[in-house]
Amino acid sequence: MSLSTTQRIPLRSEQKFRPVEFSALAFLRASALVSIVTTLAIVVVLVYESIPFFRHVSPWEFLLGTQWTPLLEPRAFGVLPLVVGTLHVVIGAGLIALPLGLLTGIFLSEYAGPRTRALLKPLVEVLAGIPTVVYGFFALTFVTPILQRFFPSIGLFNSLSASIVVGIMILPFVASLCEDTLRAVPRSLRDGAYALGATKAEVTLKVVVPGALSGVLASFILALSRAIGETMAVTLAAGSTPKLTANVLESIQTMTAYIVQVSLGDTPRGTIEYQSIFAVGLLLFLVTLALNIASNRILKRFREHYE
Amino acid sequence: MSRPIDLTPSPALVVRRRRDRLFHAFAFAGALLCLVVLALLLFDIVSTGAARLSWEFINSFPSRFADRAGVRAALWGSAWLMIVTMAIAGPIGVAAAIYLEEFTRRGRLAAILEINISNLAGVPSIIYGILGLAFFVRWLALGRSILAGALTMALLVLPVVIIATREALRAVPGSLRAASFALGASPLQTVLRVVLPSAMPGIVTGLILALSRAIGETAPLIMIGALTYVAFVPQGPMDSFTALPIQIFDWASRPQAAFQQNAAAGILVLLALLLVMNSIGILIRQRASRKLQP
Repeated sequence: MSLSTTQRIPLRSEQKFRPVEFSALAFLRASALVSIVTTLAIVVVLVYESIPFFRHVSPWEFLLGTQWTPLLEPRAFGVLPLVVGTLHVVIGAGLIALPLGLLTGIFLSEYAGPRTRALLKPLVEVLAGIPTVVYGFFALTFVTPILQRFFPSIGLFNSLSASIVVGIMILPFVASLCEDTLRAVPRSLRDGAYALGATKAEVTLKVVVPGALSGVLASFILALSRAIGETMAVTLAAGSTPKLTANVLESIQTMTAYIVQVSLGDTPRGTIEYQSIFAVGLLLFLVTLALNIASNRILKRFREHYE
Repeated sequence: MSRPIDLTPSPALVVRRRRDRLFHAFAFAGALLCLVVLALLLFDIVSTGAARLSWEFINSFPSRFADRAGVRAALWGSAWLMIVTMAIAGPIGVAAAIYLEEFTRRGRLAAILEINISNLAGVPSIIYGILGLAFFVRWLALGRSILAGALTMALLVLPVVIIATREALRAVPGSLRAASFALGASPLQTVLRVVLPSAMPGIVTGLILALSRAIGETAPLIMIGALTYVAFVPQGPMDSFTALPIQIFDWASRPQAAFQQNAAAGILVLLALLLVMNSIGILIRQRASRKLQP
């Protein structure tokens, strides 16, 4: 029997382990279970702490209400303004990051020679490694002043500037995930298309990208899920005015920015403002979880398709 | 003599070739745009903050007066936070990866763990902050201490550590394990004395990757209440603290230009730390790959 690199160590029955080995194995297993416990703890905390909130505000009112004024009288807890604020950022960031990220992925995978790639890829990764609070600063001090030249009516805080920097932030994810999936498309498909006389652009756009479509889609969903959960840049750049608006030049508030705003205000435990962050957090968690699961499913099917 | 073949391309082909060149230029421009943005970002920060950066800035406590404020408390807070985070997430993450990679067969539990870890990696960092606030700060009554912050951070970076360590373990050739078994070593001895040492460079790189994620994270720390006026160097893990990204956020959210300069200077310190950490990671990787060559 040959041992391949991926093969597990053959486990005999655990009784044969010496006590030291047995306790070591117990430690290893307990460590692996920490991740499960973390997930459970997240769910328990979010559900348990938002129960008191939903005693005051019905889930129906929470999900469909169009007024979000938790800190002012009369208080209203309709989450739609926060959802719309989040959508501003997600759609704006998506419009920037998805096409540009795919294009960068295409360039890295199909066009760049080994030397260009060795230079370009680390630099794109640097863009991914920059902390989000830095992007917030960039939005405030660079992007918004530039936007003010084009739109004199724009406020200091606006969703457009936040969308742009969040787009820049998720661009490297899209680029490197797209590059990976494009590379996974078998060479034979490309060769076949070339043999039929297709140009390189035709091979890329009509064979490689369609061949990797599910992988590209999965990377898009993952990137959008990140945009939903992005916190610091939108807190700094988009403001804290929850409102139902389609105007990207105005100040808005996202779900994440609301959670930060409340925790900055040092609200005492037991008040409805404190409880409301868990309700908003629960919604945020469920939405991102659903997107991540969808993305993983699609990616898995894509891998099975070619491997 | 045969008729000479007409080699001029058809008009349709001319159009297709032009489109081909156009698309190439387009893709190149797209990739280039990333670099332009990176350059603009760095230019913005350096031009705003470089003048403010000095030894005094690094060695001063925060202050109401922008020109007297510095990052001393934040730097020490971040250092404490990183050390405690790694002391927690390092052993647990590596142990979890060893269990998943070396001691489980492809079964139901392994599949559940795998899906769970990849989902945890996608949970927004602010959700970890909410968990930290409710669980560590309030339920376990750890208060707004370094320990509460580090436990929160440790949970946040755990998926990164596990995924990187698993990759490093997977790269160790199976022949090494087989040789160790042939010499009569137990599975645990094999892992500790054979597999771990040869996977070490990969594991260390993964830990540095996790650290560079943790050092820039802001939202979870704000949630657990680390944004406070701290004018002392923390002495132990139960002390309250502030951290570099929090200090940057605090300055960046103030309207005065002088504080904006402080924020930019703070960002320069943060980026310098990130650069140093990543350079160490690259050095370790290069050393290791040189060692493996015959």
